[in-house]
Amino acid sequence: MSKWDISKIKEWGWQEHPIGSVIPEAATTDGYATGGWRSIRPILNLDKCVHCFICFIFCPDTSIVIDGEKMAGFNLQHCKGCGICAEVCPPKAIHMMNEAEALGLEKCLLPEEKPKEEKSA
Amino acid sequence: MQRTVALVGTDAVAEAMRQINPDVVPAYPITPQTSIVETFSQMVADGAVNTEMINVESEHSAMSAAIGAAASGARVMTATSSQGLALMWEILYIASGLRLPIVMTNVNRTLSSPVNIHCDHSDSMGARDSGWIQLYSENAQEAYDNILQAIRIAEHKDVLLPVMVMMDGFIISHSIDRLDLIDDEAAGKFIGTHKLENSLLDDQNPTSWGSFDGLHGYYFEVKRAQAEGMKNAPAAIKQIGEEYGRISGRPYSFFETYKMDDADLALIALGSAAGTMKAAVDELRAKGVRAGLLKLRMYRPFPSKELAAALSHVSTVAVFDRSDTLAGELGGPVFVETRSSFYDAEKRPLIQNFIYGLGGRDLNVDLILQAVASIKSNNLVTYLGVRE
Repeated sequence: MSKWDISKIKEWGWQEHPIGSVIPEAATTDGYATGGWRSIRPILNLDKCVHCFICFIFCPDTSIVIDGEKMAGFNLQHCKGCGICAEVCPPKAIHMMNEAEALGLEKCLLPEEKPKEEKSA
Repeated sequence: MQRTVALVGTDAVAEAMRQINPDVVPAYPITPQTSIVETFSQMVADGAVNTEMINVESEHSAMSAAIGAAASGARVMTATSSQGLALMWEILYIASGLRLPIVMTNVNRTLSSPVNIHCDHSDSMGARDSGWIQLYSENAQEAYDNILQAIRIAEHKDVLLPVMVMMDGFIISHSIDRLDLIDDEAAGKFIGTHKLENSLLDDQNPTSWGSFDGLHGYYFEVKRAQAEGMKNAPAAIKQIGEEYGRISGRPYSFFETYKMDDADLALIALGSAAGTMKAAVDELRAKGVRAGLLKLRMYRPFPSKELAAALSHVSTVAVFDRSDTLAGELGGPVFVETRSSFYDAEKRPLIQNFIYGLGGRDLNVDLILQAVASIKSNNLVTYLGVRE
């Protein structure tokens, strides 16, 4: 099945678009990163994980990676950081980390998390 | 061989559905459509059809399920009215945007509030920009005939748009009418088989339906293509109407004219009121008024050129609307679109509007004659039959 060629899509007139905008290919979002929305990301603790796959069942973005019979991690291309996996994980093997911190950047804190500053004279 | 029967309007619709034998019917009951679904589900239970009937939890789900099934290549039909049509409103646009050939009977019932289960056209008129083809039926015979043709119209390769067939609630749906049914074999041959390109179930050629356009911005092109489908519809509707005429003896087109050849006053109506209008036309003729009726069948797309041409020789047009645009002084939808059709005409007749029958308020011959008599008093829009 040849890949749908949309290299010139910006030049297509209305008659060149597929009827009903039905894309003649499946799983096209595979190559389209939607994970940029994330502000928190899941971190897996393999010591606690019991590979029950409940996170896989609940993930709305099919971003849990399974390797054979084992939970292997997260697809960060598509994980939007909703935190449902951490919420449902029975042994609490997943915790959500601030995305900025995970990327080694200065942490973006919520107002209530900011340390109280000394008032200047 | 045709068979003459006496059926209530809803049973005439169910009979057409039986002959079509759709693959999937997802439906939810609402007065006055309920009997269609009840009668048809009895047919399903009796094995008279092979239809997968889905008793969904709402009309919103009915149309959603219809889309899923239609995108999978199934022939899908459903039926609704009023609040049910209103509830599936967002999905109507999706069905036509995806270019799915769904056929739905809408039994015209007014929209709340106040709650009223009787006939007017506010429900289907509210969906007139949804990209669905709209055909209005005068009686049970037309409802039956329209539904059979609707399958062909929707699936026509140059059209590929869903079709709504209207029938007046209670007036037609719940009245016993005499009609002729074409035989099962002729009906089967007429509708033919259905093959969807790019079916969701084609695992050899997988597709993605309901794509997100958003940021990339090709929505306008897809809509333009949809508009083209609607522009192609009249030719398909005419051709299919002629073909149906050859097998049934009842040809169909955009509208039916009654005593219009030498008419000077034209009445325009949709649905069952057209029947009453024919009687009014006869009475007017007996009084020496050269009256005629134009009964509009195809409302979407709107046959503006053909309408203007058919009325080019009259001096007065009285448009009867069974709904209001509630746009201030504008009048009813058919009135607005009729006037628009005449804007570029060399000779423009006097066109006036009578909004009648809201909430099922009866329209009789006397009221029509009253309306015609009042035309000289120069009210552009008159609410006919309301208690002042």
